[in-house]
Order: sequence, then C-alpha cells, then structure tokens
Amino acid sequence: MSAPALPATMPRVARPSVRGRGDRLGSLVEIWFRAHSGLVYLFLYAPILVVVLFAFNDTEGAAARWEGFSTRWFGIALDDPVVRKSLTNSFIVAIPNAVLATAFGTMAALGLQRVGRRVRLGFDMLTYMSVIVPEIVIALATLVLFATGFDAIESATGIKLKFGYPTIIAAHVLFNTSLVLLLVRARLSGMDRTLAEASEDLFATPWRTFRQITFPLLLPAIVAGFLLSFTFSFDDYVITTFVSGPGSSTLPLFIFGQVRRGVTPETNAVATMILGFTLAMLLVGQIFLIWQARRAGRRGAGMAAVVGAEAEEPPAG
Amino acid sequence: MAIRAAAGATAVQSGRLRSRLLTTVLVAPAGLWYLVLLVLPLVIVVVFSFGVRAKNGGYAPAFVLDNYARAFSKPGPFIDSLWMSAAGTLACLLVGLPLAYFIATRARRRKGLLILLLVVPFWTSFLIRTYAWLLILGPGVGVGTLLGGLVGGGRVDLLGTPFAVLIGLVYGYLPLMVFPLYVTLERMDRTLIEASKDLGAGRWATFRQVTLPVALPGLVTGSILVFIPMMGEYVIPQLLGLGRTYLMGNALVTDFLDARNWPNGSARAVGLIVIMMVTITGYLWFVNRGRRTREVSVL
Repeated sequence: MSAPALPATMPRVARPSVRGRGDRLGSLVEIWFRAHSGLVYLFLYAPILVVVLFAFNDTEGAAARWEGFSTRWFGIALDDPVVRKSLTNSFIVAIPNAVLATAFGTMAALGLQRVGRRVRLGFDMLTYMSVIVPEIVIALATLVLFATGFDAIESATGIKLKFGYPTIIAAHVLFNTSLVLLLVRARLSGMDRTLAEASEDLFATPWRTFRQITFPLLLPAIVAGFLLSFTFSFDDYVITTFVSGPGSSTLPLFIFGQVRRGVTPETNAVATMILGFTLAMLLVGQIFLIWQARRAGRRGAGMAAVVGAEAEEPPAG
Repeated sequence: MAIRAAAGATAVQSGRLRSRLLTTVLVAPAGLWYLVLLVLPLVIVVVFSFGVRAKNGGYAPAFVLDNYARAFSKPGPFIDSLWMSAAGTLACLLVGLPLAYFIATRARRRKGLLILLLVVPFWTSFLIRTYAWLLILGPGVGVGTLLGGLVGGGRVDLLGTPFAVLIGLVYGYLPLMVFPLYVTLERMDRTLIEASKDLGAGRWATFRQVTLPVALPGLVTGSILVFIPMMGEYVIPQLLGLGRTYLMGNALVTDFLDARNWPNGSARAVGLIVIMMVTITGYLWFVNRGRRTREVSVL
C-alpha cells in the first residue's frame, strides 16, 4: 500500500519551491492590499476634503479654480437670509422629529416584548418594509397621501390644510421610528435579563425596575437613536423636498437648489458648516457613550466588590 | 377567606388589565405612524395604479390595467436601473472585498480606526458627499481636466455620463458592502487558510475554495444592502447624471410631479416594490438554506 502514501509526501518535497515563489508573490499581494485600501480611503475622503477646501476659495463667483485662501464666504453664507431661514427650518424639523421618533421607537421596542407573536411579526414586517421600500417611493406615496387627504378634508369640512413643518416631521418620524426601534431592540435582546429579574425579586415596582435597571442599560441605544434621527432629518433631501411647503424648505433643499445652478463657494461654506456640525454631534455622542460605559463599568466594579465582600463575609462571621 | 381570594382575583385582573393598557400605550404611537404613513400610502399607490389620470392631473377612480401595460411597453428606466444597480453592486464588491479582507486579516490594532473611518462618511450628509463629485468630475479642478491632459484632447467632461452615476453609486453605498464582508471575514477560522496552503494550494485556489465560500453570506448580504437602495436612487442620477441618466427614481418623479400622471407613476412604483420583495425573498431563502445546510454539516 505505498500508493496512498505517495501523494502525502509529494507536496512536502515540492513545498520549498512553492513557498519560495509564494513569498515573492506574497509580498506583492501584501503591497497591493495596502495600496488598494489606502486608495479606497482616499476615494472616500477626497470629495469631502475638496468641498471643505473650496469653501475657503477666494473667488468672486462660481469659479472652480483655486484663487487663494479666504474665509469671507462663511461670513457671506451666515449673512444670507435664505441660509438663515433654511437653517432655522432644519432645526424646527429635526428636533421634534428626533424627540418623537426616539420616544415612539423606544416605547414600541419595550411594548413589543409584551405582545403576542403574531402582533410582533406584523410589526417587524412593517419595520423592515419602511427600510426596504425605496425612499423615493415612500416620499411620493406620502405626497399623494397628503395631497389627497387634504383635498378630502377641505371638501368635507372646509378647513384647508397645507404642506409645511408638520408634514415634513410626520414623514421623517416614520423612518426614524423604525431606526430607533431596531437599535433599541438589538440592545434589549443582547441585555442581561438577570438584572431585571433580580430587581423584581427584590420587590421593586416595574416602574422602578425600568428606571433603575432597564433604562440605564438601554441609554446608549436611545442616545444613538436620537443622534441618528436628528442627523437623518437634518441631512434628508428626498423626503423633505416632496412634502415641504412654501417657507419650510430646509438646508439640504437650499443646497440642492444651489448645486443645480452651479456650485459656489457659498454652497461649499454652508456644506462645510453642516459637516462640521454633524461631526461635532457625532463626537459629543461618542464621548457621552464612552463616559456612560466608564461610569457603568465603575458601578459594575463597585457592585462586584460588594457582592464579593458579601460572599466572603459568612465564613469570617 | 373567600372574600380575600376574590379581592386577590380582582387585583390580579386589574393588574392584567393595567398591563395590557400599558402595552397598548407603548405600541400605539409607532403602530399609528406605521398605519397612517406607511401602510396607507402604499395602499393608495396600489389602488391608484389601477386608476386613470384625471383631466387636470392626479387620479380619477377606475379599474384598468393600462398603467401596467404602459410601464411594460416602456421599460427603459426600469432596465437602466437594473443594469446600473447590478454594475454598482459588482463595482462595490470588487472595491470592497479586498478592503474588507485587509481590515479583517491585516489591520491588527488599527482595525477599530479603519472601521470608524468607514462609518464617519455615513454620518455626513449624503447630498453633500454626492455634490462633491460635481467639483471633482466637472470642468475645472478635477479629474476631467487631468484625464483630458493625459489623453491630450482637451478636457473630458465625465459629468452627465453613466460612468459619473456609477462612481456616485459606489461612493455612496460602498460601506454597506464592506461591513457585512468584514464581519464574515473577521470571524473566519484563519487555520483554514493555513491548512489550505499546507496542502499545497496556491493563493488563488485558497481564495476561491476557502475564503470565498466563507465570505459568501457576507457577500450576499452586502450585495442586497447596496443593490436595493441603488434601484431607487434619485439624487445621484439627478446631480451627477445631470438628469441624462434616467433611472427609476427619475421616472417616478417625472410621472408624479411633471406629468402629474399619478396612476402611471403608481404602477411603476408597484413594479419597483415587487422587485424589492422578490430580491428580499430570494435573499431570505438563501439565508435559510445556508442555515439548514450548516446544521446538516454539523450533524
């Protein structure tokens, strides 16, 4: 039976030469990996950097050539009444949207733990639906809903409803509720149930268990949901453009309009400020989450120390 | 005793009632929102897709299949969208797979940073990131002038070409491809690769027979995650395609706003939703099949 042994030994003999070739090829492949990854990051960040750079361009109009450094376009942008109005509108829409969506999403995540399987499945289906159906379809369908609904209300009661902040907020809240719901549920399902059970065993009321155990554990997901909802609303163009009314257009609508006419340094200045603001919010959120995790960690360590002391006490006493 | 038991029973009952009330209060706002702003609009779209255009635009009740017939007889934007999304998905895969592999196997301590750097653009405005390419691809600064210089034939204007739209799509959705790929590759048992090499397999054979099958679930998930939003993309073809690359999103907006032919647009929207559902069903089938075979192999 020497035949089966042969294939087993063959590669061993052949290996040094394969390895030798593989190593030279290997280092080439390694270099290529690095270069490729570096280029992808360049690809991801170069456009953002170009926008920021050209916000400081010292030109008169829409020149796409570099003419020198200047910060004057930021001043011009901040003095522009249209920019100011759009910025105000963006906040008027984004803040209530984030508050409502965070509340609704968190509540639904908690409530769905208490319902039957069928209700939960139905809810899940709708949640995924809101994510899967293209934004443009939902945007247009919502536009048609509002238009038809407002007509019906007017012919029935004579009250004329108009597109404006409420329609934008209502449409944004739909998307962001699903977002918060998914985030909070992910956190809930990964949560250690024993803490809540221990709290119940110690005769804490459900409200107290929620306030002292569940809510602090969910807080990172809730904060992340709030920040994501805010930025979604602050940055959204597609839905907003179809359900906004006269006087309620937000910053992305302003930027889109400008861009169609030709990008100016003012557009870039506004964009740069939005980027800065969004990234600052992201940073603050991150710092808060890290701080919260540290605090929870310290409290956890403290609790472990207490539990450890109690465990050691009986033999001593 | 009997009285106390009865009191206990009513207490339990009222507790149960209260608990049910609480559940309802918790779920109601989100449920209401889903019903009014998701289910109702979609139902309206389906109903409208069988109607006819009212004289001065909008919808008039009817039950005809003309809108679907028209959508089928002029499938241009639909087919263009399919091609564009397929090309975009493939491009994301070609760009994303090596990157995900690099981060998962080579980045070591910088792993967290590299992933964070992929997330950050996602937090910034999609619109701003898209219009940034107007500066890069347009005349002036950009690649166009550079390319033109290389070719020697003046400037090459990439804006308004399908290629510009493709770049925008890849740029916008690449991270969605990289994340799931990274997750599967990160969990991969590295000894498999060593085993493959010890058995004398070359790089390509190892990649094809070990890495790729392991990465397949992430690859499929990533492809779905980028394909679906690409199919309904509106801003990118509008800005970078200058409206010349006419995809489903643009066709829908034309139908609803410019032509004010709501039934026509509704039929197209239903078609788009059906495609999404088919894709997702196929995906779920794939995931479940994978789970079943894995269970079998474990047994």
